[in-house]
Formats: sequence, structure tokens, C-alpha cells
Amino acid sequence: MTLPRLAAALALGLALLTGPAAAVQPDEMLSDPKLEARARGLSGELRCLVCQNQSIDDSDAPLAKDLRLLVRDRIEKGDSDTQVLDYLVARYGEFVLLRPRFNAQTAILWTLPFAVLILGAAGIFVALRRRSARTGAVEAPLTAEEKARLDEILTREG
Amino acid sequence: MIVEVGHFALVLALALALVQSVVPIWGAVRGDARAMALAGPISGGQFLFVAISFAALTWAHVVSDFSVVNVFENSHSTKPMIYKISGVWGNHEGSMLLWVAILALFGALVAWFGRNLPRTLRANVLGVQAWVAVAFYLFVLLTSNPFARFAEPPMEGRDLNPLLQDFGLAVHPPLLYLGYVGFSIAFSFAAAALIEGRIDAAWARWVRPWTLAAWVFLTLGIAMGSYWAYYELGWGGWWFWDPVENASLLPWLAGTALLHSAIVMEKRDGLKIWTILLAILAFSLSLLGTFLVRSGVLTSVHAFATDPARGVFILGILMLFVGGSLTLFAARAATLTKGGLFAPISREGSLVFNNLFLTAATATVFIGTLYPLALEAVTGGKISVGAPFFDMTFGPLMVPLLIALPVGPFLAWKRGDIAAVAQRLAVVLVLSIAATLVTWAIRGHAVLPALGVGLATWLMLGSLAEIAFRIKLFSQPAGALRRAVGLPRSAWGTMLGHFGVGVMLLGIVAESAWKIEQVLVMKPGDHVRIERFDVAFERSVPNSGPNWDEVIARFRVSDGTSNPPVIMEPSKRSYRTRSMPTTETAIETWGLFSQLYLAIGEAQGDGVAMRIYWKPLVLLIWIGTLIMSIGGVVSLTDRRLRVGAPTPRKAAAMALPAAAE
Repeated sequence: MTLPRLAAALALGLALLTGPAAAVQPDEMLSDPKLEARARGLSGELRCLVCQNQSIDDSDAPLAKDLRLLVRDRIEKGDSDTQVLDYLVARYGEFVLLRPRFNAQTAILWTLPFAVLILGAAGIFVALRRRSARTGAVEAPLTAEEKARLDEILTREG
Repeated sequence: MIVEVGHFALVLALALALVQSVVPIWGAVRGDARAMALAGPISGGQFLFVAISFAALTWAHVVSDFSVVNVFENSHSTKPMIYKISGVWGNHEGSMLLWVAILALFGALVAWFGRNLPRTLRANVLGVQAWVAVAFYLFVLLTSNPFARFAEPPMEGRDLNPLLQDFGLAVHPPLLYLGYVGFSIAFSFAAAALIEGRIDAAWARWVRPWTLAAWVFLTLGIAMGSYWAYYELGWGGWWFWDPVENASLLPWLAGTALLHSAIVMEKRDGLKIWTILLAILAFSLSLLGTFLVRSGVLTSVHAFATDPARGVFILGILMLFVGGSLTLFAARAATLTKGGLFAPISREGSLVFNNLFLTAATATVFIGTLYPLALEAVTGGKISVGAPFFDMTFGPLMVPLLIALPVGPFLAWKRGDIAAVAQRLAVVLVLSIAATLVTWAIRGHAVLPALGVGLATWLMLGSLAEIAFRIKLFSQPAGALRRAVGLPRSAWGTMLGHFGVGVMLLGIVAESAWKIEQVLVMKPGDHVRIERFDVAFERSVPNSGPNWDEVIARFRVSDGTSNPPVIMEPSKRSYRTRSMPTTETAIETWGLFSQLYLAIGEAQGDGVAMRIYWKPLVLLIWIGTLIMSIGGVVSLTDRRLRVGAPTPRKAAAMALPAAAE
């Protein structure tokens, strides 16, 4: 009977992770709407560490609540947005950021999308150039040499 | 007994698939017509046996046979019948059985509709299809058997996850799988073409309807999942860039690219090698999606490592088919002849542009989804990649694609005249700029949303303009209706598909830029104003359903006019068996497309935390995807794509003199 128990445990775990969200609660919110807006903005950038890819703004896990309160606490103490993020990274590591910072570890991640675009465009450009170089311009008239060769082929086939 | 029959039928289906994976291909090599012809009846038999197997599991769920482990874990005797049935695929084992059932269905359909395909191609396609089938039958039978029994059956089941007890999630997986598995046909055709070393425009014509059908199902499946998340999860979001969502977006992006490149192949015999590669890619990404969702690797790398049997098995399948097909591709691609030439500014050029950006977008979603896993596996470093990353990368990649989108259909094949197109689209451009300026002026001088509205206008009017010019609506209005009727269905499909993108974009822009949110504690008797609405909390009412109890909060909403107020009743439900709470949102649509959205949070003191949203034009997001899907269906009814259709009737052919441009 361990299998069903395991399944039940998994299901329960899943339920805790994806349970209905209430996210930011009225009693957590800052009274200054400007500061609150900043807090909401930052919350969207921060991962609820125990959830599956949810931001702390979307999650109602207890940890997300703690982090939301922490963010608001730092904002009220006068931290800038960057200082708040630095503070959280120092405590929880890069994992807490949903928008990873550009560094040696994430260089490939950030550059690949645009590298694919640029390399793809370059590849297409080269392929088109090569082909039109091989066969002349798309609708260029035949050279005398080509014409002679065409006649030769046509007479041979005919 | 019925359950054992289901199990046995699945084993028989595997046996048939094994035969089908060898004999027809061997027949194609030897030129043995009888061996090749065997593929048809065998794929029919395979489908029959899988259908029996699926029916047996459904029966076990319907009658609540808790001696079956799968039923015990995912069902309950008091669960409503619709969720007893949808519960069949609301779990790992059952959903994989659905996966193979759909695979067998597609195989049988190819055999049926493909009767007039060249014999060797048909044999090879069905052979490759059977390889995929064998791999997944083995996966189900060896690692995910849905027919396992208890020696001592329990009295009652554990019920299905309440979040899944919902109509949206009842139809979401089948739609998604029809899309995922539908791409297996394009894959099998690609592999067969590589095996034969021969490919021509007719190949594209055979593959396109299957790809189109798969694409339509996948579009609907993703949209349904998104709408489900919107109304069920209770915080009003509709796309989270969650890895599970990305797993379904990846084959969609590749499939969309494939649809467009196959047009070039069909009409101009060009982009053959690339189209083959995309066909392989679309299905490989479907397999990847299956791996990501089914192996548990997303939840955490550790969950995957502690119970790796399933994950490793699918990873094996993934590597076998991706590796095998890419090796085949590398070996044979060079032998395929290269097709027609074209100038950069041409219909072909525009479709290449489309493919370039869709490929880059696919790469973006791919790396954003897998990079954290790869990094952790390689260096142990943990990072997160979430919505802010995709907003900064995927978003900018989509903009040029969308700007160019209305121009493409106006360009002529081989060499287009950009000046002439500009002339034709000038009015649309002026109207789009006007829409941008008007939005900017009346919506608080925000630049990005105004540009978004302008782009959406450009997409919608641009798609309509193309049809208007083709039927000469303005230059010769007299015969326009006749010409409209005579226009090929694929032209209407293109228009609808592109128009739908514009509609969706308008919804996305409006929802993101102008939603209003109120989070507050409310007690019975409290009022709150949001946008033009007065939302009054009247009282709480307890209620109960077949397998849950709930507390309904009754709200009276008036929209500031003389219209009678509307009652909205969000509730907080608790499912008895799993004692798990869910939020049932109350959503009311105003003016066709905008919605007021109420969700209950936790009780706070003698009040309750409420989230109230005003979501302007939010429905357009899903209406747009629906229009895109309808475009796909309309295109699918185009006469030239009716693969198995008998010879076209003369009358119809005469009515369409200019059908093929």
C-alpha cells in the first residue's frame, strides 16, 4: 500500500503548490499607493522559492507572503528597487530572480534568442547570394553562352 | 474481467504495431505490393484494439471499480459522471493511454485517407508511424500500466484533484494531444520522404492538411488551457510562461512555421529541406513536451532522480526519434533537389521571414524553459527564468513578425513589388496610425499600449484588405460577391488566421494595459467602486454539491445605468475527500468582450479578502485564437487539400477558374 500513499502524498504536495491563489492580501499592502505599486512590480520579478515557477505576486504559499512583507519592509525603509533585489539575492541566491541577471552563467541564455535571429538572417542572406551568384539574377536574361548551351540541350533532347 | 480485456487489447495493439513497423517498409524496399498493402488493415486493427483498451479503462472509471489502482487514485463514487469520464485522462497513466489511442487513430486515418498516396510512400509513412506507436505502447505497458489491480480492493477512491474537476480541463488534454500527436504524421511523412530520398510539391500537399488539423487542435488546446487558468486559478492571469505551458507552445510555434514553409514547398517547390527539418522539429518538440510534463523533471530535478523509470524511458524515446531522424536527415538531405529561385522581396521571401522569426521565438522559449534544468545539471547553479525574461525576449521577436504579417499575402511569388503593396496598404496604415493616436489621446498618453492597438488594427484591417483587393471590392463592387464565392477557401483561411492574430493582440494589449485591480477586505453590506461598477457584498450563503461544500458570497453589481443589477456569486469550495479548497470565481461579461471578475480569498477577521478585477476586452484573447482555429478549419476544407476526395466535380471545377493562382 505504499504506492497509493505515495500518490496521495504527491497529490497533496501538488495541491499545496498549485492551490487557489489569493496572493497579495489586503492587510499586507502599503498605504502609500506609489510604494505599493513598486512593491507589486518587484513581486512580479521574484520567485516564490517553494512554488513551481510562480512569482510571489501570484502565489499564496506562506513563504511568498513572507517575501512580500519583506519586500514592502525594505521599500518602506527607503531601499531602491535594485537594493531590494540585491538584498533578496544575498539571502536566497540568484534563484529568487525570475529575470536572471546577465553574467557568465546566463550569457548563453540571454544571447541565444537574438543570436539565432542574426545567424539565421545571415545564413539566409548567404544562401540567397550564393544561389543568385550561381544562376545570375532571378530574372536576368540569359547570356550568349547560356543561350548556346540551352539550344544545345534542347536540340539534344528533341 | 473487462479491465483485463483492456490490458490484453493493449498488448495485442503492440503486437500489431510491431508487425506494422517492419513488414510495410520491408515491402517498400522489396517492391512487394502485398507486404505494403498490409499496413492499411493493420493500422485499422491497431486502432480497434487501443479503442477497446481505452473503453475498458473508461468503463472502470464510470462504474467506480476501485480494485483498479488508477481508478482508486483518481476517482470517487460521488464524483459527477462527466468528471468520472474526464478523470480517465486526468492522470498520468490514463493520459498516456489517450496519447497512444490518438496516435492509433491518426495512423488509421492516414491509412484510410491515404489510399491514393503512392504505394511506397504510404507503406513507409505507416511504418514510421508504427515505430512511434511501438515505443509508446511499451512505455505505457512497462512503466505506466493503467490496468494494475489491488489484491484487496479499497471501498472508496481518493477522488480527482479538484482543480481538474472542471469542464475546461476535461476537454483540454484531448485537444492538446490531438495537436501533439497530429504532428507525428508530418514527422512520419518527413521520415518516409528521407527514406525514399524523394520529395516533391505533392508531398507538401499531402502533409499540409494533417499539419493544419494538428495545428488547429493544438491552438484550441492551448487556448482552452489558458482560459481554464484564467477562471479557475483565481488571480486573473491567463499566461504565466510556466514550463508546462511553454511545453505546448514550442510545438505550436514550430508547427506554425511548418504550415507556412509547406506553402512555399507546395506552390513553388522551394524550402524542401527546411520544411522536412521543421516537420521533424515540430514532432520532436511535441515529444519534448510529453517528456517535460510526464517525467516530473519540471517539478524538480530531484523528483525526477528519485523515480527515474518513466522519465528515462521517455527521454530514451525522445533521443531515439530525434537523434534517429536527424541522422537520417543529415544523411539524406543533401540528395534532395533544391527548388525555385526567388527575390528577397517576394511571397517566398516573406514566408522565409516568418520562419526566421518563428524559429528564433521557438529557440527563445526552448532555452528559457530548459536552461535552468541544464544549468543545474551541469554546474549545480540554480536560476529561475520566468515571465520577465520572456517579456524581454519573446516580445521583441514577435513585433517585427506582426508588423510584416499583413504585407506577406500581398506580395507576388518569385518577385514582389513593395511599392505596389505599400500603395494598397496605405489606407490601412493611415487608419492604424489614427487608431494609435486616438488611443494615445483618450487613454492617458501611454505610448506602448497605443502602439499595441495600432499594430492590432494594422493586422486586422490588413488581413481584410487582402481579401478586399482580391475580390476587387472597391474597384469593381458589382462582381465582388461572385468573386468572393469563387475565392479558394485557403485564401479565406489565411485571412481569418491573420485576422485572429490581430484580435488576440488587441485583447492582450487591452487586458495588460488597462486592467483595474482591487484587493480589499469586505464584510456583508460593504460597497466598492471599480471602473463604472458598484459592487455590493450582500451576504454569505452555504451550499453543497455532490462531492464538495462551499460558501457562496453573494454580490449585487450595478453598472451605473438604469440596467437591473446583476448578481455575482464567487465561492470558496472545499472538496470532501481531499479536503482541498478551491476558488470558484464569478465572471460577468459586459459589452461583449470585457469582464468583471470576482474571486474570494481567505477570511480576515469578520470579513473576507476579495480580489475584484475589471478586464477590458479580455475575451478577445480567446476569441482571437478561436478565429485563428476557424481559419485553419476553413483552409482545411479547400478543395485541393481533400486528400481522399474523389475526382473534383466538373461543375465545381468550372466555378473556380482562378482557384489555383
